[in-house]
Amino acid sequence: MGVADPQPPLLEVRHLSTHYVTDEGVFRAVDDLSFRVMKGESMGLVGESGCGKTTAMLSLLRLLPAAGRIVSGEVLLEGRDLMALDEAEMRALRWDRLSMIFQGAMNALNPVRSVGDQIGEALVIHGLAPGLGAAAPRVGELLEMVGIPRSREAHFPHQYSGGMRQRAMIAMALACSPQVVIADEPTTALDVMIQAQILELLERLQRELGLAVILVTHDLSVVAELCHSVLVMYGGALAEYSNVDRIFNDPRHPYTRLLLSAFPDLSRPEGKLISIPGHPPRLNDLPPGCRFAPRCPQAFDRCRLESPSPRLVEPGHWVACHLYEEAALDAAG
Amino acid sequence: MVRRDYLVKKIGWSFLTIAFVLVLNFFLFRILPGDPTTSIAKDPRLTAEAREALARRFGLDKPVFLNLEGGNPFDSQFFIYFGRLFRGDLGTSFNFNRPVADLLGERLWNTVILVMGGQVLAIVLGSTLGLLAAWKSKTGFDAAAITFSLAAWSLPTFWLGILLLIIGSTYLGLPTAGRETVGVEFTSWWAQALDLGKHLLLPTLTFTIVLLGEYMLIMRSSVLEILSEDYILTAKAKGMSHFQILRHHALQNAMLPIVTLIALNLGFTVSGAIQVETVFSWPGLGSMIFEAVRRQDYPVLQGAFLLVAVSVILANLAADLVYGALDPRVKAP
Amino acid sequence: MRALTRNRLGVVGSVMLALAILTAVMAPWIAPYDPEASTEVSIEDIYARPTAAHWLGTDDGGKDVFSAFIYGSRVSLIVGFAASLISMIIGGIVGLVAGFYGGRLGNLLMRLTDIFLVIPDLPLMIVIVAIVGPSLWNIILVIGLLGWTGTARIVRAQALSLRERQFVTRARAIGAGNLHILRRHILPLVLPLMVANTVLVISLSILSESTLSFLGLGDPTTLSWGGMLNFAFTRGAISAGAWWALVAPGLGIVWVVLSCTLVGNTLEEAFNPRLQSHHLQGEEKMVVRPAQAQAAER
Repeated sequence: MGVADPQPPLLEVRHLSTHYVTDEGVFRAVDDLSFRVMKGESMGLVGESGCGKTTAMLSLLRLLPAAGRIVSGEVLLEGRDLMALDEAEMRALRWDRLSMIFQGAMNALNPVRSVGDQIGEALVIHGLAPGLGAAAPRVGELLEMVGIPRSREAHFPHQYSGGMRQRAMIAMALACSPQVVIADEPTTALDVMIQAQILELLERLQRELGLAVILVTHDLSVVAELCHSVLVMYGGALAEYSNVDRIFNDPRHPYTRLLLSAFPDLSRPEGKLISIPGHPPRLNDLPPGCRFAPRCPQAFDRCRLESPSPRLVEPGHWVACHLYEEAALDAAG
Repeated sequence: MVRRDYLVKKIGWSFLTIAFVLVLNFFLFRILPGDPTTSIAKDPRLTAEAREALARRFGLDKPVFLNLEGGNPFDSQFFIYFGRLFRGDLGTSFNFNRPVADLLGERLWNTVILVMGGQVLAIVLGSTLGLLAAWKSKTGFDAAAITFSLAAWSLPTFWLGILLLIIGSTYLGLPTAGRETVGVEFTSWWAQALDLGKHLLLPTLTFTIVLLGEYMLIMRSSVLEILSEDYILTAKAKGMSHFQILRHHALQNAMLPIVTLIALNLGFTVSGAIQVETVFSWPGLGSMIFEAVRRQDYPVLQGAFLLVAVSVILANLAADLVYGALDPRVKAP
Repeated sequence: MRALTRNRLGVVGSVMLALAILTAVMAPWIAPYDPEASTEVSIEDIYARPTAAHWLGTDDGGKDVFSAFIYGSRVSLIVGFAASLISMIIGGIVGLVAGFYGGRLGNLLMRLTDIFLVIPDLPLMIVIVAIVGPSLWNIILVIGLLGWTGTARIVRAQALSLRERQFVTRARAIGAGNLHILRRHILPLVLPLMVANTVLVISLSILSESTLSFLGLGDPTTLSWGGMLNFAFTRGAISAGAWWALVAPGLGIVWVVLSCTLVGNTLEEAFNPRLQSHHLQGEEKMVVRPAQAQAAER
């Protein structure tokens, strides 16, 4: 990700905030999140479970549950703000330009309809085929692209294995040749061999089709392999955001550093694995200052009083931490 | 093609149940205290010869289960009863002195017309109402629909019939009893059909209202569950409108419990038929049971019970088979 | 208890039920006339319209309908509760044995339950009562002995799922016997479900009793609401235009059954809470403009 890209970003999210209004108070699931994804780029969205990754992604597509409210922010797809669209316009856009492979995709298929029909349906809805019958050839193509034999088009989800269903979901997400694909934990609950296959598949497709991919995961090793840029979230807010090299080799935010040290690294097999003490914050009861302060080994007084906003510490590298305020002033220039 | 062992299991099970009912029938009418045949035969007002003659007529002089007095061991009440059954002989009516089977045959069709009309209407209206209520869950419409259904379910069928009878005959001039107006020559087929329709209206309406409530409630809870499933979110993400989602994803899944419910409801349907036919003097199996009780015509009562019970069991079997054909998880594992 | 008051309908149902029970208990004090007492009756008294003397008019025998109505509540409620008690006990035992012990006995019990589920209720009840005679006891027994299937199914499902839970395995590990586990661990968790179900069984029992009485199979020595309707129907209330004799007893039945249904429904919702919302809800509120956001949070 360069400093001043001549190309405008494909997807740009500005100051997105999403809350859940429940009986137990307002959960500030996403707080002032900003990032951008270029064409052909893959961004890794990393963080612990419950840090707001999925909510942020659902917000992009406006698919939140009934308690969800997108309270501020803009989501610009090729310059067009998705938040300003009405529902009908949004429907036309969903899947056609921006699609999602859901977490737990295994259960995201309707058990009483064939896999082929469900993939074909996406084509019919967006006018890419006049009917399910006409869509069949293209569906076959898609299935083969993800390594499923065409002959299994008419089978039902329960006749597919877990890994196959995941691949079918990928095929379905690509049906309308979208510009951006969000993959939410695409390899959780799959065994290691299948995981590797799926990741390889995603990488190949991304290269061949020039897709922009947002890969949501809590597994840093996957990110290291596949992504160009990384956004680390904590407690619903941005912690650190930069390209993959800088995140892995020069992490600034204390949370990012702890995350990295919590992961086994083949190059330093004798290094110690550190776990991060404490629990993630309750999103309806956030501390007044920095969300990470209670668990941060480097927290000082200011951290507990004032919540740090993301600041540019060097070109293309954002960190939300008081430790770097002064550095930001110097580097921004 | 439906699974072989599913078929075998269901059919086998139905036959076992029918066998149970047949044996139960035998016990009820021969063994229970106060059973008709023995009480008639023991009537002290009869002379000894008359009693013996009656006993012989009803086969009471034979041992109940097995004849161990030499000769044919199967010459007992139990086996004679079964033998007769398999030949379609259900005994002779006390009151009419005609074969019970004939009497039942005459009335069967009337009951079928009545029940079919009411069931179909209740299913269609109830399901639609339930679908809409679930879709618009937690709104005023939903609350009203629930209250209406609970109230409808709480009405005793016969009382609703009486109310409708009073209202219908007083204000709408509808007929109060029977299947057709007696003693009138019908000029055309159409006039006869119209007359039948007028007689059929109130009973069918009663039936429909009573069954409606339950179908609505079940459909509603079924659709609510379905609409919370992951694949509905997938459908929404694909850019489908509410109507499209309900039509292509919710409906088929929701119909499965309805099929099961139709089967479970058959007992309730029979009970409803008995009450409605009695109130409206509709000449069907239900009112026949009522009259048989009043006139202590035990062979008719026994035969009617048997016919009704076996019909319900077979209808249940049919529903199971239909379910098997509809649910692909059963159809093609 | 709290569960009941949460839902408005539950409160309504409870109040209705309480009123009905109160009426039945206080019958001798509320009813203006004694339905047992014989009175002198003239032609004008038969199916007389409601007046100050007779709030709900008179029936085919010149007796006060209102008093009969009050006393009628007793029979309906007694039969309803007694029969349900029998059903609950049988259903509970069958369900617990089938679900907890399982095995061959469990299978057999469930097969039996399935058979009874399929056989239509009313015809069987009619046949049995017609043969053994319509005494109050017989009716209670028959309704009770045929009404346990629903309870058995629910209890079995619950017992089955509980059996596999952690706390049971732990209890066994420290040597607790089956009976102890049943009593201490399983029963407390099954009981609430049974209570919710029993209320619904009560409403079904009352409906069964009314129907049997209406069809002429009620206890001739007592007069339930169904019996009142039987008399009215077969003795020309319709042609006499005596709607009071037909509407009142029916309303009584509806009142009690509806109250049980409301309470039972509410209890069931409390024990099987439904998810708060489904995927096709909340679209209009999803994207919020700043002013709205503040208002929503306040």
